[in-house]
Amino acid sequence: MTTRVPSRPRVTTVLLLLTVLALASACSWVGWDWDTPMSTVMPKSDFGKMTHEIFMLISWWTLGIFILVEGALLYCCWRFRDRPGAPIPKQIHGNTPLEVSWTIAFAVILLIFVIPTIRVIFKTQEAPAATALRVDVVGHQWWWEFRYPGLRITTANELHLPVGQTVAFYLNAPDVIHSFWIPQLGGKRDVVPHRVNQLVMTPDTPGEYPGQCAEYCGMSHANMRFRAIVHPKGEFEQWVKAQQAPPVEPTDALAQQGKALFAQSACVGCHVISGVSAGVLGPNLNHFGSRKMFAAGLLATTAENLTKWIENPAHMKPGALMPNLGIKGEQSKALAAYLLSLK
Amino acid sequence: MATHAAFMPGTEAKSHGVLWSWLTTVDHKRIGILYGTSAFIFFLVGGVEALIMRLQLARPDNTLVGPQAFNELFTMHGTTMVFLAIMPLSASFFNYMIPLMIGARDVAFPRLNALSYWIFLAGALFLNASWLFGVAPDAGWFGYANLTSRQFSPTASIDFWVLGLQILGISSLMAGFNFVVTIINLRAPGMTLMRMPLFVWMSFVTQFLLVLAFPAITVGLILLMFDRFFGTLFYAPAGGGDPLLWQHLFWIFGHPEVYILILPAMGIVSEVLPTFARKPLFGAPVVIYSGIMIGFFGFGVWSHHMFSVGLGPVADSAFSIATMLIAVPTGVKIFNWIGTLWGGTVRFKTPLFFALGFIAMFTMGGLSGIMHASPPVDLQQTDTYFVVAHFHYVLFGGSIFGLFAGIYYWWPKITGRLLDERLGKWHFWLMMLGFNTTFFPQHYLGLIGMPRRIYTYAPDLGWYFWNLVSTIGAFVIAVSILVFIVNVVRTQRSAPTAGDDPWDARTLEWSIPSPPPVYNFARVPTVRDRDPFWLQKHGDGHGGKPTGRPAPVSAAEIKAIHMPPPSYWPILLGAAFLFMMSGALISIYQVVLGGLLTLYCMFRFALEYHRPASGGGH
Repeated sequence: MTTRVPSRPRVTTVLLLLTVLALASACSWVGWDWDTPMSTVMPKSDFGKMTHEIFMLISWWTLGIFILVEGALLYCCWRFRDRPGAPIPKQIHGNTPLEVSWTIAFAVILLIFVIPTIRVIFKTQEAPAATALRVDVVGHQWWWEFRYPGLRITTANELHLPVGQTVAFYLNAPDVIHSFWIPQLGGKRDVVPHRVNQLVMTPDTPGEYPGQCAEYCGMSHANMRFRAIVHPKGEFEQWVKAQQAPPVEPTDALAQQGKALFAQSACVGCHVISGVSAGVLGPNLNHFGSRKMFAAGLLATTAENLTKWIENPAHMKPGALMPNLGIKGEQSKALAAYLLSLK
Repeated sequence: MATHAAFMPGTEAKSHGVLWSWLTTVDHKRIGILYGTSAFIFFLVGGVEALIMRLQLARPDNTLVGPQAFNELFTMHGTTMVFLAIMPLSASFFNYMIPLMIGARDVAFPRLNALSYWIFLAGALFLNASWLFGVAPDAGWFGYANLTSRQFSPTASIDFWVLGLQILGISSLMAGFNFVVTIINLRAPGMTLMRMPLFVWMSFVTQFLLVLAFPAITVGLILLMFDRFFGTLFYAPAGGGDPLLWQHLFWIFGHPEVYILILPAMGIVSEVLPTFARKPLFGAPVVIYSGIMIGFFGFGVWSHHMFSVGLGPVADSAFSIATMLIAVPTGVKIFNWIGTLWGGTVRFKTPLFFALGFIAMFTMGGLSGIMHASPPVDLQQTDTYFVVAHFHYVLFGGSIFGLFAGIYYWWPKITGRLLDERLGKWHFWLMMLGFNTTFFPQHYLGLIGMPRRIYTYAPDLGWYFWNLVSTIGAFVIAVSILVFIVNVVRTQRSAPTAGDDPWDARTLEWSIPSPPPVYNFARVPTVRDRDPFWLQKHGDGHGGKPTGRPAPVSAAEIKAIHMPPPSYWPILLGAAFLFMMSGALISIYQVVLGGLLTLYCMFRFALEYHRPASGGGH
């Protein structure tokens, strides 16, 4: 037989509970800042907003259920705790009406989630209107290529969009599966080889929004970043004009030297600079100097970073597929100067 | 006569030594202990992998480990925790407890049971041997094609993973069939299916999930193996294959696998609560039916892991509805557990703390699961830390808490010693604190956009502080596990004074000595209730008198008990099989030789007790 000792809250238990409470209050003191660069709860597009409404609906309901369940659990523990000399409790085997009713209650609550969910699924996956801006997104190991077939622009790691205009992304990958995601503009969509996926949205607030690959794709998955820049009306047209222009001719001596070097080195095998080279494996460099970041949004476009990159790409981005061409010293500086001049 | 040679319990250790007796054992209790010990060691290995990852993520742009090491760590952490820790820990309870709870003397196929364990160990060692060769798998525990192809993963890393998982799959399948047969055939007289203890029921459902889900991943793995070794193109898009085929096959296995990991823990909780509330499980039939429903629906929700793949609105809607539907039986279970406590006299012992922890934490995991059952919401949450938080609330807050409830609950039965209550409660509260400190902030990190499987992050995204907190929490968990180890070591030094029934429990395993004798039950009991032992001690609570303990059994009767003798063929067959599989990475000749050895061992194993029919001419 067991000896039935009354269970009093022990000192250690109380201490630990106090620690938990202290920690919880410390957490709320530090605060949870929701307005961060990759926040999913600050939607800046119709797509993101529709999603967010369902998220909030489910969040409030589940918070209610959470409080109910955890409250009931704690109440039972306190109310029905063993007391000295307590008799064996009544052996209740169940209560069918009660069990049936909570089963039905769950089903009804879930119906409340299902209906808006299905509406939004179909709404967000409608075929895009003919007026939508088409952007082809190509996910590479480990960088992003953006093509605007209607505008004859190809760029990399920096996505430019006009505010208030519906965009239809056509997603594709030449190597492995990636996932295209700009959290502030809405949910992600996988980029699958030999399959064209679609994502349609209308950004409604100008700004700069970081994006990132969300499907594990190998060594530098963590470094496969990009930025989406949503331009106010008018500004986007300027960007388009600048990108459509042919690459500028370098004017200073170092950059000119860099151009000559570029044209005779292995660079031409992978990169496009209109009038100079036609390789397609790496990013298009026509207006490289106009991009704020390079190497999949990893590095700021500065002469120093670029020089280091040219000298040893895999050192800056582990696993980078751009080979180390053994370009060093003055040569890499010249190349960097040339690329930076391509505004 | 094709019959087992008579075997006297307790004689094997004397003739060949202790080690030999463990290597050749076919006793379900010993195999249970082997499973449990191995699983706990791999739980520690997976835990250390997690701690290194947490250290790497403690601050932005950290350089503690590089991308390659980090990718290996999360791949092996996931694979280890799923296949080498939680599953075998559950298997340890299947092995030790199911025969005791159904009043049987062993499982249906004792030698097959031993073989399951040795093959499991072979697979686990094979998988982890990849660390020694510096080519640990690095494509994630989900190993999405076509990243796993030779083109994108040229080293042997994925080979270790593919072959290792196939070895483990064979072990799971054999164990699954064994327990299905055991539960159907070996129940004590009077134990109808509806009188079966809840842990046995949830395990029963789990065995069906095992035997139905593992073939799907086996097919997937064989296709992958063909792609890698023989140049087929099942998953190669350029050759007309489809990488999404892998995702479907993997998740048709992968989602039931989630229930394989959680149902045994649910069963444990359904045993612990009635014992410590001193009341029968509230609405046991509903809990049983909801377990079956969960198992059934578990096969119809796999594409909710693929909402971002672009399957189209109809598929997204269908899988969303199915996923929401599975929340109903899950919610029912939680309410029935609370109903069990209601009106009881709740005794706060360590097993109950862990069972309550299970309910509290699993509820949170279930509720966040409802959020990403909605595909639009999932598109924001999938592949972020929100999902990492979600499934750790299910698999750690759920499975691990539930399994610890089982460890504390059944420890006195297995060892004859009660684990220390004071240390047990320290273990519980530290684990609770550490667990929530680690994983609750990950909800927030996911919602502010932190993707999974990244070894580094930029400092300007607001992710730093809560990652640091999460890392600190992980070390608190580690401390709680150390407290558990101290508890075990200390307890083992004390005298075995727990007695047969330290908790005043309800089911058959408590009616026999602790630790149980080799033959379990001196006389196979007759069962009249879901709580047969409670009935013997306290009556049915409706005026029925206690039926009393059965009459003692004479020494002569015990001597006549017929138990299966030990066999060395299971471990030899396991070794031959491991030799064959590792040949795939070394030489075709080793595969052939290993195959022949395996075949030889198989026949010896099968014919070990074969005798030519007497009087049959030859």
